[in-house]
Amino acid sequence: MRARSVVTALGVAAGAAAAAAYWLRHTGAPREHVDLYFADGSMVSFTPGSFEGDKLLPIARRVLAAARG
Amino acid sequence: MDAAQALADLTEISAQIEGAVLAEGDGSVIASTFPREERGAELARAALELLAAADQSRADGQELVQLQAVTPRGSLFAVRDGGRVVAALTGAKPTVGLVFYDLKTCLRMLEREEAKAEKAEPAPAAKATETKPRVGKAASTRKTSTKKKEEAPDEGS
Repeated sequence: MRARSVVTALGVAAGAAAAAAYWLRHTGAPREHVDLYFADGSMVSFTPGSFEGDKLLPIARRVLAAARG
Repeated sequence: MDAAQALADLTEISAQIEGAVLAEGDGSVIASTFPREERGAELARAALELLAAADQSRADGQELVQLQAVTPRGSLFAVRDGGRVVAALTGAKPTVGLVFYDLKTCLRMLEREEAKAEKAEPAPAAKATETKPRVGKAASTRKTSTKKKEEAPDEGS
């Protein structure tokens, strides 16, 4: 009986954690990235930490920061 | 339609676009929706800088046509077509496809209008040469119509 309630509590906790993670992913601030679209229809996405991401994102950050005052 | 009007239409159509700038490939600003001139120039410079830096990201020489840089403070969009660049700033989580579509439409509308204007420019000279035959035709039709009028009572009687 006790083991069953522990399993239930763990299940509820895991469900709450998954729901929180989903909510944060879909309603939180967007993750930084740069998407490049080429003439042949291909697209490449760079995130911070990649060479291109670290080169391109600071430029966008600078302009957006200036625009927001 | 001039460039300023094209940008004004763009920001009117797309509520997500907070500000946009249209620039030549060398960075000179053609039109901007920003009240402060330097903001437009800065966005144009940044868009060109981003495009130039991003051009080097692919080794196979494929032409980069558009990009979106996403930050928590908003997004920067840039579209390049025919030596011109249109760049725009949006808030967080814009409808990406829609913004790109609106930016491309802005560039194409402007190109179309310029092509029309170029075609219209030599038209006055052409009209001047065409004027004489038209006058002649008009005169001949008048004569014909007079004849018909004259003939009409005969037919009726």
